[in-house]
Amino acid sequence: MASRDDIKFLSNPNIGSDRRKYCRFKKFGIKHIDYKDPVFLLQFINEQGKILPRRITGNSLKYQRKMATAVKRARHLAILPYVTDLLK
Amino acid sequence: MRNYEVNFIVDSVLSGDEINATAQTYFDMLTSNECTIVDKGEMGLRQLAYPIKGRTTGVYFCTEFQVPSGAFLAQLELALRRDERIMRFLSVKLDKFGVKYNDDKRNGLIGKKKDKVKAEIKKEVAAEKKAAPKKEAAPAKPAPAPVAKAEEEE
Repeated sequence: MASRDDIKFLSNPNIGSDRRKYCRFKKFGIKHIDYKDPVFLLQFINEQGKILPRRITGNSLKYQRKMATAVKRARHLAILPYVTDLLK
Repeated sequence: MRNYEVNFIVDSVLSGDEINATAQTYFDMLTSNECTIVDKGEMGLRQLAYPIKGRTTGVYFCTEFQVPSGAFLAQLELALRRDERIMRFLSVKLDKFGVKYNDDKRNGLIGKKKDKVKAEIKKEVAAEKKAAPKKEAAPAKPAPAPVAKAEEEE
């Protein structure tokens, strides 16, 4: 009997399942975003160091703005790079 | 009262004394201008994410303080801008959430559980070391403290 792991699907079976995006700041009650914490901010930027859009991060507008300022402050202090490759 | 946070990066080419003296001049400047310093955080020598003035490392300082009037900030920023030993600075006004966050961070409430446990272990070890007589520690190794710390981090 083949288990589910052995079966190769033609299409990804996870597509179509309802996985809702959410704002993690609202969900976990984070009120202040620390610009001195590069590990945390790394979640919101891509490999080139660009800030990810809201449609990918799922942040609410308020916290997306706060996050963006935090990333920009971190860049100014050379905690995060302005431009790179292979950041992650 | 307003809460501010001022970060500055001191040139790492300077000697340790000069770096501390640079930071101290600004701490003195704060205290002489009716500021109450909440926290003098030294983040230490760090790799810069990109070179500034041909340097790849810098010594980070982060200080949080309360000041009755924001007018003082312009004075402080001018001094920082004129100083050649300072590579970069950033002053930020903190809202109530920022103040609370910094408070919690100092008390070790923020961070992953692993880190919290580590911090607690470090405290306990430090307390034990203080309590234990120095005879045991001395003959074992010339520098027992940093070795023990390194093992904990692993």
